[in-house]
Amino acid sequence: MIIAIPAEANSLDSATCVSFGRAPYYCLYNTETESSTFMTNLAADSAGGAGIQAAQDLVDQSIGTLITFRLGENAAKVLQAAEIAILKALNLSVADNISALQEGKLAPLGEVHPGFHHGH
Amino acid sequence: MLLWVKSTPDSTMGTDLTVAVLSGKGGTGKTLVSVNLAAVAQKATYVDCDVEEPNGHLFFKPTILSSRVVTVPKPVVDQSLCDGCRICTEACAFNALALIGKQLLVFNEVCHSCGLCTTLCPKKALTEVEQPLGVVRQGRHGTVSFEDGILDIGQSEAVPLIKALLKKKHKDLVVIDSPPGSGCLVTEAILGADYCLLVAEPTRFGAHNLAMVHELVQILGKPCAVLLNKNEESASNPSKEYALAHNLSIAGTLPYDPKLAALASEGLIASEELGHYHAYFSNLLETIRKEAADASDPHTQR
Repeated sequence: MIIAIPAEANSLDSATCVSFGRAPYYCLYNTETESSTFMTNLAADSAGGAGIQAAQDLVDQSIGTLITFRLGENAAKVLQAAEIAILKALNLSVADNISALQEGKLAPLGEVHPGFHHGH
Repeated sequence: MLLWVKSTPDSTMGTDLTVAVLSGKGGTGKTLVSVNLAAVAQKATYVDCDVEEPNGHLFFKPTILSSRVVTVPKPVVDQSLCDGCRICTEACAFNALALIGKQLLVFNEVCHSCGLCTTLCPKKALTEVEQPLGVVRQGRHGTVSFEDGILDIGQSEAVPLIKALLKKKHKDLVVIDSPPGSGCLVTEAILGADYCLLVAEPTRFGAHNLAMVHELVQILGKPCAVLLNKNEESASNPSKEYALAHNLSIAGTLPYDPKLAALASEGLIASEELGHYHAYFSNLLETIRKEAADASDPHTQR
């Protein structure tokens, strides 16, 4: 299974990004191979709908789980349609959030926010 | 007895003039000023463009003469025709479409109704269907022709509603009660204005927001002036300091007055209730007419 985590930089010791749709990178961690890759978030600079595009890109990477601090309702709809598990990140590095998930310390993300539809 | 109402003839009456009343933040007094400017004119059209939370109707209590639903086209997908080619999801400039498995998701509140997806779809799986966005109403209060727009709850793309509201061209004085802020809604509301009146509060935050709208009206090349609302002689006024430092004309100063708040809480129009406010807003209208005329006359341009 592939776990996705929004990251501030493209390294495992990077901080987990507080934004989902506007995160600069996503860490994609493969639990079978225990390897990680980093994907640049091309949606980060979108004028609008960044969360939708970012969610689409992650679904296209066949992720099974997303660890995030927060999520807009549109991105949540895309991820839920793809039946992706969404867990709440802890205030830890990307690597430590992966460990926390594997140790069963992460809870499902309780709520989604109505989004920041700027640009109006 | 409202003896003073309409007692002072509007000397420049007959000249067409569209004044937009705006401010960077909410609660500075846009509606107070625009309602009273329209109320003291011999003949005026008041247009409430604050379609997310219109409140001019609370003061004018207009007799509504017509009401019409404004719709916008949104793509609707026929899943049985969609083959998942992704031409639409990749073309959409607003990321309003996502394809998950074989399911095409459409996000109406992100969609700007540009029609690109329905035009490009090779399988004709997407069709544009008109969907309600809100209503525009027309009514009357004495000599004031009243118009407002009301955005439906849950809608976030109000620009088409403001466009519908300002489509009709009016004669004489038109007062536009703008939405707060300095974004797309405000830009749309003031595009056709001849003159912009910026209402500002005497606070640091007020001055900061004044600077933002001042920048916007300058970009649009609109003649403008500030009205310093809630001014207190004994206290500093950062908005006044801003105006003086940035060569921004001061159209008037309105002292802080708890009576105005009391009248507003009862939905009463100050210039219809108190003679000195009738005189104040009549003078303000005179000043605006003069400044707007000077600005449009190439010989008097500063």
